Amino acid sequence: MKLSTMRRHVREGTKNIVRNSWMTVASVGAVTTTLVLVGIFLALMFNLNQLAENIENEAQMKVYVERTAEEQDIQALEKQIGEISEISEMEFSSKEDELEGLISDMGESGEQWELFEQFNPLNDAFNIKTYEPEQLAGVASQIEQMDNVEEVNYMKDVVDRLIAFNDIARWIGIIFIGALLLTAIFLISNTIKMTIIARQTEIGIMKLVGAKNSFIRWPFFVEGALMGVLGSIIPIAVVAGGYFYLYNQFANEIPIPFFELLPANPFIWQISGILLGIGVVIGIWGSVMSVRKFLRV
Amino acid sequence: MIEMKNVHKEYSNGVIAVDNLSVNIDAGEFVYIVGASGAGKSSFIKMMYREELATKGDVLIEGKNVTDMKQKEVPFLRRNIGVIFQDFKLLPRLTAFENVAFALEVIEESPKKINKRVLEVLEMVGLKSKARFLPNQLSGGEQQRVAIARAIVNNPKVVIADEPTGNLDPETSWEIMRIFEEINTRGTTIVMATHSQEIVNKLRKRVIAMENGQIVRDEHRGEYGYEA
Repeated sequence: MKLSTMRRHVREGTKNIVRNSWMTVASVGAVTTTLVLVGIFLALMFNLNQLAENIENEAQMKVYVERTAEEQDIQALEKQIGEISEISEMEFSSKEDELEGLISDMGESGEQWELFEQFNPLNDAFNIKTYEPEQLAGVASQIEQMDNVEEVNYMKDVVDRLIAFNDIARWIGIIFIGALLLTAIFLISNTIKMTIIARQTEIGIMKLVGAKNSFIRWPFFVEGALMGVLGSIIPIAVVAGGYFYLYNQFANEIPIPFFELLPANPFIWQISGILLGIGVVIGIWGSVMSVRKFLRV
Repeated sequence: MIEMKNVHKEYSNGVIAVDNLSVNIDAGEFVYIVGASGAGKSSFIKMMYREELATKGDVLIEGKNVTDMKQKEVPFLRRNIGVIFQDFKLLPRLTAFENVAFALEVIEESPKKINKRVLEVLEMVGLKSKARFLPNQLSGGEQQRVAIARAIVNNPKVVIADEPTGNLDPETSWEIMRIFEEINTRGTTIVMATHSQEIVNKLRKRVIAMENGQIVRDEHRGEYGYEA
């Protein structure tokens, strides 16, 4: 395509945006509303995804060894556990290590535990990770059957519930976002259709003088893309701004295990880019859908 | 130039507009299509630039069969045919100059060439001084001259006019006809559907008369032959 033609398409597309200002407001409004909701859902979903990853990375179980177990019993147990194929990582933590961990976890109030260094009441333990968090339950029940195992602890309820919640939330999010996007595309295509009806004579004349369909379609492309860009401004401000605020206020105060907010930088840039991208795509999609019908002359 | 062989056009509502029609129009000819309303004149000429598609038969323009042409080729067919309507079909938001330039922009001519060529044809139809006027600032005859300028701006081999003087007074109609004659003397084929008895009888050309979708008369230097 010639540069002068491209310039013409951009000029025409921009003119149409201005000329059909009410239609533009309606379309841009549809994109804006959609993208605000989509943006909020996306922010939630990305964070839930992060939660899932954290569960996957951090979900582990602790196998406490009976205090009466001898050195060779522990070695035998280690060997036995090591044969379970679902286990991805396994690490022995002696009762001294455990106490040290406890003291440092407790911070200042941990100091009183230092008294126990003389007589350590804790057990030796194995820290075990599985490939998938779903495998924790099965592995735990196998280990419980073994000799010299006092207790297996893996925060059963929390992990199970988080996994279930996360799956449901992800699906609801995907369905919701899909429905929102379809609605927006429909709204845009309808508004543009109305402007096309007004421009039907123009399209007819273009066809009469030998314009190719692509030539007729281009200004609508530009128009759709511009509507997408305009429609993503407010959502970007709301979602990115809101996230930035929430992150700074609450990032360190969330009482859900494994859950932490994605760092505002780069997340707000990523989500802004995604929203802009979605806006442009649905803008173009809506306008192309609506113009298609009018080109079959 | 234009060849129709056993062409049949039936609309989806069962109306037969053109019935087994065959005709030849040579390059450089000036042809009137006459006939009462509903005789099939418009369908006949619309099939030439493929606004309508023949149900049966072949329509050949410069040896190329228009009926089985791919959708993609249609724009290139139309670039060789200038079309003029009774209601001018100008874009109201564009000036006379822009309306004419439009036909060249669409085929992606360079701005420089567009400028030169548009002024040329506007001069030819006598509207160079009104190039910046909007259609509603021009009289009916002037608007039709803009439409003619648009139709001929990319030097088509054929100009098809569907009752181009239908909305104009007699005097203005003759101005338009003089322009058509001039275009014709430059070698462009002209096919013109008309209801104007006066024009057909005074400016003698080939006359194809239609009735019920068929050609009932085809005479060189013919007469209108109907009571208008």
